[in-house]
Amino acid sequence: MSARLIALGIAFATLVTVPYWMPGDYYINVASQILFYAIFALGLNVLVGYAGLVSLGHAGLFGIAAYATAYMLQTGYGHTAAIVVALIVGIASMAVYAVLSLRSTGIGFIMITLALGEILWGLAYRWISLTGGDNGISVRTRPEPFGFSLASPNTFYYTTLIIFLLSVAAMAVLVRSPFGASLMGTRDQPRRMNALGYHVWMIRFYACLVSGLLTAVSGILFVYYTQFISPQTLALTSSAEVLLMVISGGAGTLLGPIVGATLVVVVKTVVSGFIERWNFLLGAVFVAIVILMPEGLVPGSARLWRLAWRKLNAPAKTAATEGEP
Amino acid sequence: MSRKVTRRKFMAATAAGAALATFKFPSPAIAQAAPFKLGLLTIKTGPLAQGGIQMEQGVVTFLKEKNYTFAGRKVDFISADTGGNPAGTKTKAQELIERDKVDAILGPLAAFELLAISDYVAQHKTPMLSLAGADDMTQRKPNPYFLRPSACSSQAMHPMADFAAKELKLKKIVTISEDFAFGYEQMGGFQQTFEENGGKIVNKIWPPLVTPDYTPFVAQIADCDGVCQGFAGSNPLRFMKTYAAAGLKYPVVTGETGGDDALMRAFGDEALGMYSCCPYTLDLATDSNKRFIAAMQKDYKVDPGFYAAGLYVAAAVVAAGLEKAKGKSDDKEAFVKALRAVDLEDTPRGPIKFDHLGNVIGDFYVRRVEKVNGKLANKTVKTYHNVSQFWTYDETKFLAQPVYSRNYPPLKS
Amino acid sequence: MNFWLVLTANSVTFGGLLFLLSAGFSLIFGLMRIPNLTHGSLFMLGAYVGATFVVGLLGFQLNFWLAAILATLAVAAVGALAERLLLRRLPGDQLAQVLVTLGLSFMAADFCLMVWGGDPLNIATPGGLGGFVRFGVMVFPAYRLAIIVIAIVVAVGLWLLLDRTRLGAMIRAGVDDPDMARVVGIRVSQLFTVVFALGAGLAAFAGIIGGPILSVYPGLDQDMLPLALVVVILGGSGSLLGSFVGSIIVGFIYNFGQALLPELAYFVLFMPMLLVLLLRPQGLFGRHVP
Repeated sequence: MSARLIALGIAFATLVTVPYWMPGDYYINVASQILFYAIFALGLNVLVGYAGLVSLGHAGLFGIAAYATAYMLQTGYGHTAAIVVALIVGIASMAVYAVLSLRSTGIGFIMITLALGEILWGLAYRWISLTGGDNGISVRTRPEPFGFSLASPNTFYYTTLIIFLLSVAAMAVLVRSPFGASLMGTRDQPRRMNALGYHVWMIRFYACLVSGLLTAVSGILFVYYTQFISPQTLALTSSAEVLLMVISGGAGTLLGPIVGATLVVVVKTVVSGFIERWNFLLGAVFVAIVILMPEGLVPGSARLWRLAWRKLNAPAKTAATEGEP
Repeated sequence: MSRKVTRRKFMAATAAGAALATFKFPSPAIAQAAPFKLGLLTIKTGPLAQGGIQMEQGVVTFLKEKNYTFAGRKVDFISADTGGNPAGTKTKAQELIERDKVDAILGPLAAFELLAISDYVAQHKTPMLSLAGADDMTQRKPNPYFLRPSACSSQAMHPMADFAAKELKLKKIVTISEDFAFGYEQMGGFQQTFEENGGKIVNKIWPPLVTPDYTPFVAQIADCDGVCQGFAGSNPLRFMKTYAAAGLKYPVVTGETGGDDALMRAFGDEALGMYSCCPYTLDLATDSNKRFIAAMQKDYKVDPGFYAAGLYVAAAVVAAGLEKAKGKSDDKEAFVKALRAVDLEDTPRGPIKFDHLGNVIGDFYVRRVEKVNGKLANKTVKTYHNVSQFWTYDETKFLAQPVYSRNYPPLKS
Repeated sequence: MNFWLVLTANSVTFGGLLFLLSAGFSLIFGLMRIPNLTHGSLFMLGAYVGATFVVGLLGFQLNFWLAAILATLAVAAVGALAERLLLRRLPGDQLAQVLVTLGLSFMAADFCLMVWGGDPLNIATPGGLGGFVRFGVMVFPAYRLAIIVIAIVVAVGLWLLLDRTRLGAMIRAGVDDPDMARVVGIRVSQLFTVVFALGAGLAAFAGIIGGPILSVYPGLDQDMLPLALVVVILGGSGSLLGSFVGSIIVGFIYNFGQALLPELAYFVLFMPMLLVLLLRPQGLFGRHVP
């Protein structure tokens, strides 16, 4: 336990001091991106990891929150109003999305969410009076809560960090709560949960709302970060990307989506500056993850670490542990 | 591929060396001779890579021709792949501006990418030269640090409509183009000029961006004597095939992306007789164009098209602007002023200069697809000289009307 | 009048192409329960490999049909390899399957850009099929008609394979109840490799057959994958008849929807899919309740 506390302390210190040891503004901005994509991935992980529901349309929900913010600001409302409305619109959309998609589970759920995502993407292109179509909407300014402007990379980073830490803490609490336990119950034993008197649909619905909240929060951070939103953000590739973050890091773990988001963002932004065929590399990394640790980076590394630890400590028993999967 | 990577490594190494040198000897004389950093935002992965790869080829061809030296300063070239989404474009723009501290940006490719970074680039006062269409970037929402040496979306369509009405004597045209801003602006420009010259647009058809089969849309083409298409990327290929397969024979007119020279090797005979209006044409017999084509043939074994030529010319404008600014790019305002004052006589697309909003004034070529030695090629049939984004219209009146859109100008019944 | 005839004929043509595209996906999903998200990439890879021979990028040109066979075999081999080396390690692990198939599709997309560059390639209509066929008042391109014939031949061939051969019986047994199939001595493991290769080959074949209509370009994979999904959703997975009927239905929805409701062009494909899923999550013909 104490080792875990030390690790948490180091991680916290590293995150808080990012602006002091990163070589420049550009890298601080990359760190901000990692954090809000991690929030997005944490949100999707509620469904993929803990509820066993693979959503391929989450970029649509992410985009709705971003569009709502941008639209409100464009119409002349202040930042507070824009953020509040975006959160409400985001969660309300998620509720509709959930009602439609929760008619099914497994592959059916994947397909319904895919169709919903594609429809939202089409709406972003076609509902021009609202979204500006392909030209998108620009966001001129970032908020200044209590006179504290988020315009600089540092202030934006710290704001994102605070929201990120709150999200992680909320997830940690949620997973350990009775609700978290029953949610995982619906993932592993839906019939038994039903027989035990749990309202499986309702539990999944609440999980969707939690996921929708985190997705909306990250969508708002995204639109303030890029200060622009256009239909490409809602494309199927964006939905696939965040799903890959969750799975590659380790679905159903707290740390997995964060590690996955870091991997994808770093390859897309930093590595792509050095390697022309970075998309190939990213694909190869995913394939390698599946070969080496199909459960994802975080649980996989933990397993390998335990295995190595055991081999080191008990060389005599090597033959016995070898047989383990 | 490997050649590119080595060049990139080499450039990175020289950049690092230069940075070290300036760090060690911070004297003004040496700082002045510091390399000029030229950034390129392009797309090298995903569906939009087609134009993006050609863009990089165009810049590199110009840099090689100038031996990577502009106005006596060594040029550090940094190419960034945006991946074709706005968030990626913003990140790469930050990379170029904040990390690499570039003196000018070429690109990006797509209108939505340009719009995503326009404010940001203006805040950082970095000159940006792009071929993305987005009319309003040089019309109703201008950016003082932006230059467009290729053409805005509707610019080529004004002369194309003039030609269709006056020379081809077409009266009733159906327009068909992708259902997004670039399509709207092209078709809007065409409609305005065509209708002013006595023609009529009888129907406007808008297939979605992703349309595997154009047949249901082509089936709606009727009651006309000509078709105006505004497709981009690989869509013109599929549209023309479907058009021919439907047995339609009306003359087709199009813009720079629909009849791009780089597409000629992929088109089949269905494209024969198609007219296109483009700010660049392969058959322009100027010295610089011959040099450019020969270099592209030598290095990439392809004929250049609109994207490669657009970026070659953009790089030429940067070189000329730096020359005008006597090699100084530190004063960004003076530098962008010098860039906008550039007036080149001989470029692969002919003479160019800029209007006060940063958009190009140059020649536009109406070409017809013909078969030359068994291969398809665009043959110039008419050149419109000194075409501005406002065509023959009064600027104030033009800017007072809304930007061309899906419903503007409206369809007359 | 002609308008309706052309749309009807083209609905069947497009449906035929969709059947070629989706039959492999449906087969793989039905038997192996793998949502094969590389399917669009296999389609594109087949089209590129075929185009290489048809256009003569290697310095020699091949007949269209020979090129189609070569491309099919080459991509089938790639599929078999992917199954042997990767997918077989992940039975029942849907998340890992999604990860590995999407990872492979990233690699395939970038591989095609590396090898073939960004410029689109045109596959010429095969000899003898470039003309038109006249039916009363309607003229219809011969090649599009040929696609209908090819789709029917492939459908009948697949039906014979599944219904009349030992392999087919094993596959059907595997679809219905993999555990029971194993118990009665069917080597489901080898069967999986064969089916995956077959599915991949079908995708590649569809790619080159579609080539003269669609041409080949970067992004073709992303354009085609959702179409395969739509068909499988409508028709249900693992059912050959379902795929066939689903393809034709989607062909009609696509052609008539786009022509009659141009304002809704962006939603014409996904709205019906959503409706079917909401009303009948197992698809119109599916037996499995997902």
